[in-house]
Amino acid sequence: MKAATPEAVPIAGGTDVMVELNFDKRRPPALLDLGRVAELSGWRTDDGHVRLGATVPYARIVGELGDLLPGLAMAARTVGSPQIRNRGGVGGNLGSASPAGDAHPPLLATGATVELASVRGVRTVPADEFFLGPKRSVLAADELVTAVTVPSAAGPQQFAKVGTRNAMVIAVCSFGLALDTGTRRVGTGIGSAGPTPLRAAAAEDFAAEVLPWDDPPALTDEVAREFGELVAAAATPIDDVRGSAAYRRRALSVLARRTLRWAWQDVRVR
Amino acid sequence: MRVNIEINGERHTADDVWPGESLLYVLRERLGLPGSKNACEQGECGSCTVYLDDTPVCACLVAAGQAEGRSVRTVEGLGTEDELDPVQEAFVRTGAVQCGFCTPGLIVAAHELVHRSPDATDAEIREALAGNLCRCTGYEKILDAVRLAAKGVQR
Repeated sequence: MKAATPEAVPIAGGTDVMVELNFDKRRPPALLDLGRVAELSGWRTDDGHVRLGATVPYARIVGELGDLLPGLAMAARTVGSPQIRNRGGVGGNLGSASPAGDAHPPLLATGATVELASVRGVRTVPADEFFLGPKRSVLAADELVTAVTVPSAAGPQQFAKVGTRNAMVIAVCSFGLALDTGTRRVGTGIGSAGPTPLRAAAAEDFAAEVLPWDDPPALTDEVAREFGELVAAAATPIDDVRGSAAYRRRALSVLARRTLRWAWQDVRVR
Repeated sequence: MRVNIEINGERHTADDVWPGESLLYVLRERLGLPGSKNACEQGECGSCTVYLDDTPVCACLVAAGQAEGRSVRTVEGLGTEDELDPVQEAFVRTGAVQCGFCTPGLIVAAHELVHRSPDATDAEIREALAGNLCRCTGYEKILDAVRLAAKGVQR
């Protein structure tokens, strides 16, 4: 259907699409309701991964995936309000491709892949190659986001977000962190501080290298601070109505430092 | 398109619906159910909160076509003409209603909470109502109302 009418707008939870329709910003010739497509509305585990259907609402991610995908579940918990979390899901977040989308940092941090389907076939794209610019992605006109495949957590994960209140906030900036204590890798995802969600590769390499994985002692201030600064350096924020570029960089360094501390504390407790 | 929706236990049909208009518009303008309020039209304020298949959602963010064949419960479907729902009664008794515009959405959100979690803590009440804005009360009397309603459900 999407191939026959590429200008049809897919709609799932409606939390982005309906705002545009209500405000007359868009008058598509057709809507494609994905809400009734059963294959998109569930999740399953598969060889150390979770295949999460595009329309599984955030409320279910919070309720059902806190153990397998803690970072994504924490991010889902910060989305909108109960009403929004009952409707919206990761597929729509990716389809909208806002740099501020709450699901994006944990998807980047965990090395998730995005599954795109069309009549031409199915392809998978790493989350960090999915975004092209503000609200632009590699999603083609005849394609739909059908699922994300996220590695099941292999260590502590964290997510933190800056906003003006505890609900209904578009992130001023956000940060997702995933530690893999088996492979000793560190994953990061920066939200709302660049034209796309970003990884902080230098911070990942630094932390993976210097973290004392064996018989872990407490995290030193120096490591935490350096990690925060490397994360802030990876961001390319702008000044806008939600915050200044300078504030975003500063806040990101704090979020990165704090989330690394929280996650490392979990490593030590385990 | 024609849209068939079960609303408050009754089957309703609306004709000549543009599939992209909101469920809220269908309820208010086509079916004469103005209880759900139209305020922000972007899911921000919760004034249009209704149950869609037993889940609270913003009716302004549900496309009419998405509601086809589904079951909706609005604030009109909670009490009756003669007897208010206990949640409505609690809002009246605690003075949680001032201008009243946010009230229908808050009633539905609170109704869902007290039935799902009648022993909710204050933090859980605040969280459950985080998607509903009130610009009059300062929320304290609304919290009183929800606590009172929850006691009624517990009994």
